[in-house]
Amino acid sequence: MPVYSEKVMDHFQHPRNVGEITDADGIGELGNPTCGDIMKIYIKVKDNKIEDVKFKTFGCGAAVATSSMVTELVKGKTLEEAEKISNAAVAEALDGLPPVKMHCSNLAADALHLAIEDYKSVKAGKGHIAKVDTCDHEHEGIDELEHA
Amino acid sequence: MKTINFDHFAATKMRDEVKAAMEPFFTEEYGNAQSIHNLGDAPREALDKARSQAALLFNCASNEVIFTSSGSESNNLAIKGVAFARMAQGKHIIVSSIEHFSVLNAVKSLTKLGFEFTALSVDKDGFVNPDDVKKAMRKDTILVSVTHASNEIGTIQNIKAISEEVHSFGNGAYMHTDANTSCGFIETDVKELGVDMLSAAPHRFYGPKGVGLFYLKKGIRIMPLIDGGVQEFGRRAGTENVAAIAGAGTACELAKNELNKRREHLLPIQKHVIDTVLSSIDEVYLNGSRSNRLPNNVNFVVKYIEGESMLMWLNNSGIMVASGSACTSKILKSSHVLTAIGVDAALAQGSLLISLGEDNTMEDAKYFTEQLPSIVQKLREMSPLYEEAKSSK
Repeated sequence: MPVYSEKVMDHFQHPRNVGEITDADGIGELGNPTCGDIMKIYIKVKDNKIEDVKFKTFGCGAAVATSSMVTELVKGKTLEEAEKISNAAVAEALDGLPPVKMHCSNLAADALHLAIEDYKSVKAGKGHIAKVDTCDHEHEGIDELEHA
Repeated sequence: MKTINFDHFAATKMRDEVKAAMEPFFTEEYGNAQSIHNLGDAPREALDKARSQAALLFNCASNEVIFTSSGSESNNLAIKGVAFARMAQGKHIIVSSIEHFSVLNAVKSLTKLGFEFTALSVDKDGFVNPDDVKKAMRKDTILVSVTHASNEIGTIQNIKAISEEVHSFGNGAYMHTDANTSCGFIETDVKELGVDMLSAAPHRFYGPKGVGLFYLKKGIRIMPLIDGGVQEFGRRAGTENVAAIAGAGTACELAKNELNKRREHLLPIQKHVIDTVLSSIDEVYLNGSRSNRLPNNVNFVVKYIEGESMLMWLNNSGIMVASGSACTSKILKSSHVLTAIGVDAALAQGSLLISLGEDNTMEDAKYFTEQLPSIVQKLREMSPLYEEAKSSK
């Protein structure tokens, strides 16, 4: 049985909405290169709706597919609807992810929420929000070796 | 689409000769090698033959060869077998920081029983300095285990010099080398290497899975990990996997006869992959020693992109490779070997590990080097790290 579902493979091989929006209204970036995933989501907002959305992702197959899927799910949605989309819902829309990928590589909805937060912060005159580092654990050293 | 196996460290295709050697022992000669009656005759002969074939490859006596279930078991037998047998003499073990997990996790497990270990650092090419071994030796050091050649970066250690340091220290410490990656591709002469124990994995050199080889020099004390009957001179109980052992023996014989031929076949393919990738793609780096390297290993890091994505796109083109990125590791940690040779953690995510074998051709290498640049470009265009790097230039 393949590691990834057909939908994951489809989004990995044909990612939707890759790129950047140069005059984006909101940008959400999170991840950590040491963990292996960084997602950056750009949104364009009009009349409280996500008019356009694009992403750039450094990461594994699951990271690319979840990024692609979340952009597809929220395009044209209101900000309130977009805020309700969870990482779990993105994984479900992809017919699931391997258990090991559920944590690190399934952060696309969080990145989207950051983009919305960034949009709101700028709109309220508070400026852009910072990137979020999702790495909360040690990576190096022999003492860290664990049984796979 | 053609399938190109560039991941021979995961699996090699068994040779026809190996399969043929195994076949009688499934349904025809199914007897137990320990039986006194006639059903035991052919299996017993097969074990004896395989043991001599392995002994020829290792340049040792037949009764110094023990069959186990895997290369990992052989490593565990060396580490824990010596630890348990010699704990009255000392509880200190020395390993390198780039060992396989079957060594590193074995010494780590032993710390729960009061053992201590030193993990030696390596230089940027992955070499253990024999002087560092000498400095790390203590009165209570009972064992030193250093891999013959790295399963990730292919660097071949100076085991002979390390063995000399261990033995000249004079406290009776033993020297083990994990040759699970090197055996079948470079010489594994235990007398030349000066080791007391050596592990090898036949499935890495066209033999079957489910069997491992362990050289145990006469007079070296270990405690078995599996107690039971008298199989394998009492060092490893359990009814012998006769078919797999017969296959392992044949794989050893083929290795002994073909070592030069294999090297001559692999070196130009390896050279083409390394030279072409380094010259055709920017910001790609070769890991491991260029000169003192297994002929079947190539390890790159490609900046700004992640290894699993590369692996999946190459798979899509029919090319099977491996990666040491955190995402491919299943424990979500990037390669400890790349960390040990000083590769930055972010860069290590772009790890690409190629292991060649006898079914690979120069055409395969050319196809790979044609496919890779566009895959790298595609992933870089999608990468926020590449975007940042470009805009800061």
